[in-house]
Amino acid sequence: MAKVNIKIEGFPFQVESGLTILEAAKECGYEIPSLCSYNHGECSNGSCRVCLVEVKGARGLVASCVYPVAEGMEITISSQKANSARRASVELLLSNHNKYCQQCEKNGHCELLHVAHVVGAREGMYEGVRTPVTIDKLTPSISRDSSKCILCGRCIARCKSAHGLSVLGFENRGFATVVAPAGNLSLSKSPCLLCGQCITVCPTGALAEVSEIDKVDQAMKEGKFVVVQTAPAVRAALGEEFGMPIGTLVTGKMVAALRRLGFNKVFDTNFAADLTIMEEATELLNRVQNGGVLPMITSCSPGWINYAEYYYGDLLDHVSSCKSPHQMMGAILKSYYAEKNGIDPKNMFVVSIMPCTAKKAEKEREQLQKNGMKDVDAVLTTRELAKLIKRSGIVFNKLPDEEFDNDIVGEYTGAGVIFGVTGGVMEAALRTAAWKLTGNEIEPAALKEVRGFEGIKEASYNLAGTEVKVAIAHGMKNAKVLLDQIKEGKSPYTFIEIMGCPGGCIAGGGQPYVKPCFLPNEGSDILDTYKAKRANALYTEDEGKALRVSHKNPQIIKLYEDYLGEPNSHKAHELLHTTYASKERFR
Amino acid sequence: MSHLQAAAVKKINEICDRYVDEKTPLMMILSDIQKEYGYIPLEVQEIVSERTGISVAEIYGVVTFYSFFSLEPKGKYVIGCCLGTACYVKGAQQIVDKFSEYLGIGPGETTEDGLFTIDALRCIGACGIAPAVTINGTVYPKMTVDAVSGVIKKYKDMEGQF
Repeated sequence: MAKVNIKIEGFPFQVESGLTILEAAKECGYEIPSLCSYNHGECSNGSCRVCLVEVKGARGLVASCVYPVAEGMEITISSQKANSARRASVELLLSNHNKYCQQCEKNGHCELLHVAHVVGAREGMYEGVRTPVTIDKLTPSISRDSSKCILCGRCIARCKSAHGLSVLGFENRGFATVVAPAGNLSLSKSPCLLCGQCITVCPTGALAEVSEIDKVDQAMKEGKFVVVQTAPAVRAALGEEFGMPIGTLVTGKMVAALRRLGFNKVFDTNFAADLTIMEEATELLNRVQNGGVLPMITSCSPGWINYAEYYYGDLLDHVSSCKSPHQMMGAILKSYYAEKNGIDPKNMFVVSIMPCTAKKAEKEREQLQKNGMKDVDAVLTTRELAKLIKRSGIVFNKLPDEEFDNDIVGEYTGAGVIFGVTGGVMEAALRTAAWKLTGNEIEPAALKEVRGFEGIKEASYNLAGTEVKVAIAHGMKNAKVLLDQIKEGKSPYTFIEIMGCPGGCIAGGGQPYVKPCFLPNEGSDILDTYKAKRANALYTEDEGKALRVSHKNPQIIKLYEDYLGEPNSHKAHELLHTTYASKERFR
Repeated sequence: MSHLQAAAVKKINEICDRYVDEKTPLMMILSDIQKEYGYIPLEVQEIVSERTGISVAEIYGVVTFYSFFSLEPKGKYVIGCCLGTACYVKGAQQIVDKFSEYLGIGPGETTEDGLFTIDALRCIGACGIAPAVTINGTVYPKMTVDAVSGVIKKYKDMEGQF
């Protein structure tokens, strides 16, 4: 890339041409406050007017997030004129903003508050009329409060870049402008995947998860037998909420914290991930051997399931009938585990700690309830778990490392752990499928093609003379390519893994926010590297496990011997499998 | 979208297909639909979305941004009252009020018999003849409050209503 010479505050710098002033300034050691801009222009539409700077010769101030650097450009960030313009921009945003900041879900993570502090916004400037407000709390996953929206458009850009969708859009004009689903409908009546990616980029509290902490409190108060399970991705990110570097693995501390929070039992969803593999690999081999519908697609990600039901209703036969792991865990806890321990399942309350907001809605699905009893009663995100821990006064960083409870459903293998990252379910399934087909274990290193963050990965493995072609997609934009192939009858694959969020669960919509302005100790490229860092934590745990294949999990073997019979048995189907139905997009 | 007639769906798809070679076809598609049906409800936007791959939220954004597009059906006769600066100072507000009073509807609304819609417009560029009113393309220059009833009567007569 060609270099250009610029000056910032009179000092000369050489930067890559093609960068915006905002990016170039960052490389030169200047942080220009900004709100609409996000991650290398994933969203920079110059709408918030917070990043204004002076450029010699330009007419008026320019929005640095959209203005490219040029040879000889002289930029002034901190002239009186630029300082007061930025301050006025923020004060104008605040004048149309709900300022009940203390109670806000994003308290402590609000970029508007941060920027207001940086520019020195004054109280009570520009008070006046406010845009009429919409508050939508109708989905079990995502809440929208337009009184906190600053119309930056990051949510729209993320929905597009991740999924090729834009469930939210700008509506109306001028002062009446809102960011909303078409028709200002509720998200519950819109074709939203509820993945929560929009929440992770929203600079304010306009988009947030629907909290279920109260439900958990209530269950504990009622003296229910409250069992908690944690998804693999949670341990790779929870530490960030307590100031640990991104990518710190905190399995032991997380377990210790959950025990101190008063949960009766602390289990790992990874047990059920192993169970999923047994069921899914068997389902796949059945389909292959009996001429079933192929390619088969994984079903762990509820964001992806929502997408399939809204946009590819005619391909639902391709989706594995396996419930997602935490739902399997719930079902096993309320049947097998309850029976073996003499617990009334009606008195049991299952809480899932998930990196995901779509899981909150998933547990409400009719198909995942039996006689009015849900498999899972409450889903908390990783962020909500951090809130619980902080609320209870636990000093997370000083906790000892503890082990999960290990009675009959507590053991898990490395195969379960990697479910949390794109390619992980595929890798875990292949480890077991290889053994089923060849009778031999495959070295995990032999499956390296399924790892990494390429949008679409594909690989081909020869297992006992059978050529198995697989593909992996994360983010619906990528999934669409594979789905359209199937629709056109051109899919060469036997098995496809699809995860809703780009990167998989480690970067799910319920994970700790990665906002560079609040992470001074992380590198300036943290938005490019955090997924790999979190994934690495999971791969490290996998490598450290003595057992790395699901079919070797002794408690899984025992569960089949004592209770389920064999994978895909009648009993297994009753407890561990589900159905899907095409959904109308606007209701 | 199920309650739309098959013929309407076909027509809307046909309109979308007129602009397949365009890089940014949305405005032209919406403009044609607006002319064909007089409004562009959400159900129709869904069909356009399906055909063009442009998200419904984006289409809805365009429809609600431009006052030329309408989400609701408009009347047979659309009374456009200019409220631009020149017309406003010449008493355009009173003219809008008079139309409203006479027809029993506010700006942006349509009479129950589907005959009249009142649109309050920003400057239509006819400041020399302020205050200006247009009805389905016919311009009424230097409109007065007293002339309102006569104008309405003319259209009602055309419809055989007295």
